[in-house]
Amino acid sequence: MRRISLSALVLFMGILCGFSQNSTTTEQDTAYKSKTLKIEEVNLVSSYYTQDGNNSAVTGGIGTEKLTDFSNTFDLKLSRYDHRNRKHNIGLEVGVDTYTSASSDMIEPNGIGRNGLVRTSASYQDVRVYPSVSWQVADENRGITFGANGSFSTEYDYTSKGAGLNFSKTSKDKSREFSAKLGAFLDTWKVIYPYELRPVGYGTGGHNADNVNYSPRNTFNLALTFAQIINQRLQMSFMVEPAYQQGLLATKYQRVYFNNGTAKPENLPDSRKKLPLSMRATYFAGDRVIIRSFYRFYVDDWGLKAHTLSLEPVVKLSPYFSVSPFYRFYAQNGIKYFAGYKQQTPTADFFTSDYDLSKLTSHSVGAGIRFVPRDGVMGIRHWNSVELRYSHYSRSTALTSDMVTVAMKFK
Amino acid sequence: MKNRKTALQLTVAAVVISALPSCVSVKEYQKQYINDSEMELAVRKIEKFEQNAQLYREGASGANGGKSGGGCGCN
Repeated sequence: MRRISLSALVLFMGILCGFSQNSTTTEQDTAYKSKTLKIEEVNLVSSYYTQDGNNSAVTGGIGTEKLTDFSNTFDLKLSRYDHRNRKHNIGLEVGVDTYTSASSDMIEPNGIGRNGLVRTSASYQDVRVYPSVSWQVADENRGITFGANGSFSTEYDYTSKGAGLNFSKTSKDKSREFSAKLGAFLDTWKVIYPYELRPVGYGTGGHNADNVNYSPRNTFNLALTFAQIINQRLQMSFMVEPAYQQGLLATKYQRVYFNNGTAKPENLPDSRKKLPLSMRATYFAGDRVIIRSFYRFYVDDWGLKAHTLSLEPVVKLSPYFSVSPFYRFYAQNGIKYFAGYKQQTPTADFFTSDYDLSKLTSHSVGAGIRFVPRDGVMGIRHWNSVELRYSHYSRSTALTSDMVTVAMKFK
Repeated sequence: MKNRKTALQLTVAAVVISALPSCVSVKEYQKQYINDSEMELAVRKIEKFEQNAQLYREGASGANGGKSGGGCGCN
């Protein structure tokens, strides 16, 4: 973790130096549409997450859910105009998550690894790396934007390759926009079983271990959004994003204990159709307060229905400084395959004791501060803004979590 | 509980129905409020990790500018 922090610091200093090289060019280019590639903005976001609970799915719905996650993303936006005055935006992003999970340690407690060394489970501590690239071309005269993106994610037992296409059309008066995004994730999961439920001769799934299976998990989704300016102070958007998943959707190292005393690895259908619909609205009240709101209804063919509602008033204490307390409420009814520890019947085809899929409500509260000084943060002109956000999450199943996030933008 | 859900759905529908017909044409020079960066109709970068955590800890996903299930071992 210390090494990642140091890398982030070096990266940060590098960005500042990079901007200082081309400051004079930016000043001269205010009216000129640059045909050469230039840096639009750079963003650094870091967060620290910690959670605790007592319904771990790895141990069948009981046991610690203690987890920490340190996440960092770095993204770079570049742009240039072509000979037809169309704007090309290129985005490059890389993210690194480092996490520790106490429940994953129970996949193979006190296992004996290679060379006879005592080790913890495969996923006890892991690093996830996820680079992505995007490209968009915008014809500002016609209000049309096309784009494509690709992503990759790798962690110890999970690899994902993603690709997407997007299109948007803005009305002539720029008061409404329709956009469509088509995406696909082709994921591969190393199938790891808990040590006592592993088929005879099946590998542990540990580092350098062989004789394990790999299963696909594919996700296809289409996001359609319609955004409309209602008046000078209010705008709204509506979104529908059907998604289809197929492949290994169960997590095989999660145990399920039945009411007859037996146990099996979790088993869930190999396909899932999801239909979320959402609405977002932002309203500028008076001269200092912006109200951001979001509502989502979700339904899927596993029997899950959910409602999400969030509200965030942003209070501008000065033109450069704002504070934004927020509240989010979430409720779901639980999937039809869920039952708790020793409550499943052994005759069921599909079963899980994962409390993330149980009937629950959750509340998230917190606040953010945003500082966008006119002359740059700490007088550094290209350091456009710095934000800090804290959130506390509590779930009706007694899981709680806290997260602190810092975001810096350079322009 | 059921009554509360119906009331919530009706409230949302009422907000949508009442807002849409009242759309007015807003000229570029009248967009000083709309163009404020906090007015953006999208999830902000600083919320991204929170969204990721919710994706793991809850069964619903999608239609919020984040992932809809792929790309991670989440629900």
